[in-house]
Amino acid sequence: MNAPTFEHRQASHCESGVVSALVRHSGVDMSEPMAFGLSSALSFAYLPFIKLNGLPLIAYRMPPKSILRGLRKPLGWKIRFETFRSPKAGRARLDQLLDAGRVVGLQTSVFWLPYFPQDLRFHFNAHNLLVFGREGDGYRISDPVFEEPVVCEADALDRARFARGVLAPKGLLYYAETPAQEPDWNTALLAAMRRTCRIMLKTPLPLIGVRGIHWLARTVRRLSVEDARASKLFVGHIVRMQEEIGTGGAGFRFIEAAFLQEAAALLNRPVFAEHAEQLIAIGDAWREFALTAARMCRDREPLNPACLADALDAMADRERSFFQALERSL
Amino acid sequence: MRDEQVPQDSGRVLAGHRKAVYAQGADGRLHVVASSGWEAEEIVNLLAVDELKRLADEARERARAGLVSPLEFHMYRARMDVDLLAQTSGFWRWRIRRHFRPAVFARLSPRVLQRYAAVLGCSLEQLRSVEGE
Repeated sequence: MNAPTFEHRQASHCESGVVSALVRHSGVDMSEPMAFGLSSALSFAYLPFIKLNGLPLIAYRMPPKSILRGLRKPLGWKIRFETFRSPKAGRARLDQLLDAGRVVGLQTSVFWLPYFPQDLRFHFNAHNLLVFGREGDGYRISDPVFEEPVVCEADALDRARFARGVLAPKGLLYYAETPAQEPDWNTALLAAMRRTCRIMLKTPLPLIGVRGIHWLARTVRRLSVEDARASKLFVGHIVRMQEEIGTGGAGFRFIEAAFLQEAAALLNRPVFAEHAEQLIAIGDAWREFALTAARMCRDREPLNPACLADALDAMADRERSFFQALERSL
Repeated sequence: MRDEQVPQDSGRVLAGHRKAVYAQGADGRLHVVASSGWEAEEIVNLLAVDELKRLADEARERARAGLVSPLEFHMYRARMDVDLLAQTSGFWRWRIRRHFRPAVFARLSPRVLQRYAAVLGCSLEQLRSVEGE
């Protein structure tokens, strides 16, 4: 097969992993944190009206596809998105692009991917992966959250691409139309940080950014201790959204810190490295929160919604002062 | 998190895989370290998996007792709920709930059953029973 020489590198988040691999493949060296930070992907959102298995959407990053979109401008990069009505058309187009020697990104549902561990297969429709070749009846896939490339049979991949429900991928595939160019680092990096600060501090909706964390804290405070099973599911869900495979741990705070370290080196501004240290400390605090919350779910500690809510309020305050300081130093 | 603090609590969830996490090396730079799992993640993931399993087991018992149709069991087995099944199958929620009644389910046409079987990823025979697997 005419599989191009493609280098698989394990990443901690699917979309930033896919995008950075695509950028590297098209000629600009880019790390996963750089792709994440440069597209201002860090965020917080508590969206109680979008339900995943009956639980609200809690996101520690911007919505799917925003990393892909966010890199178009700084890299002067054209990326083409295509969706399909029928699996047949979707598969035909994928084959055509692969035969033309392209590396193709796909949006898929985790539930239908056979190579995923059974206990991680939920109906989550926004998992990104790259296809870089064909092998017999299947496709050679670089799934950024796995250590090695995998092979997935064609029928299973069709199911994963055309799963329906919240965030349905509709067979979405994407590929780079033009090679990426080295950005003007000074402008691009500062603009990206400014945007992240604005999202975290100034989004007019109280559910997004720092205010979203407070809102979540308020909801947690009201959880009932009597209906412990439902409350534990809710608390467990917060932690899952923060720590499960594909978040890099600590709800993306460590990835963003790695981005700040790279920015400090590129721009020769050590102040960003100091901010990175702060953000690492915040990430560590998120992990402590996760551990406490998880222990409460397992009854190793008594379930105490007020205590968890206090911790969340404290996280919100820390993040507010962090982003205010970052904004001042831009 | 420092390199040596990266949890290596290999558990059931990652099934032998390792995931990439960012940690600080001796020079203070963040870089990718492979982790075989973390206690906190393991707990909350199994909590969610066990909840879905509990729902499926209860639906299976109800189906064996003849109180509901096998459809409810298969819905939970596929880790779905009525909302999601409605979105994936295209049937309205009240219709799906109605199909949970054994008498209604028994009269469903093969076409309707085929649609359920397709989105739930099982065969028609499997869909009609709650035994096996």
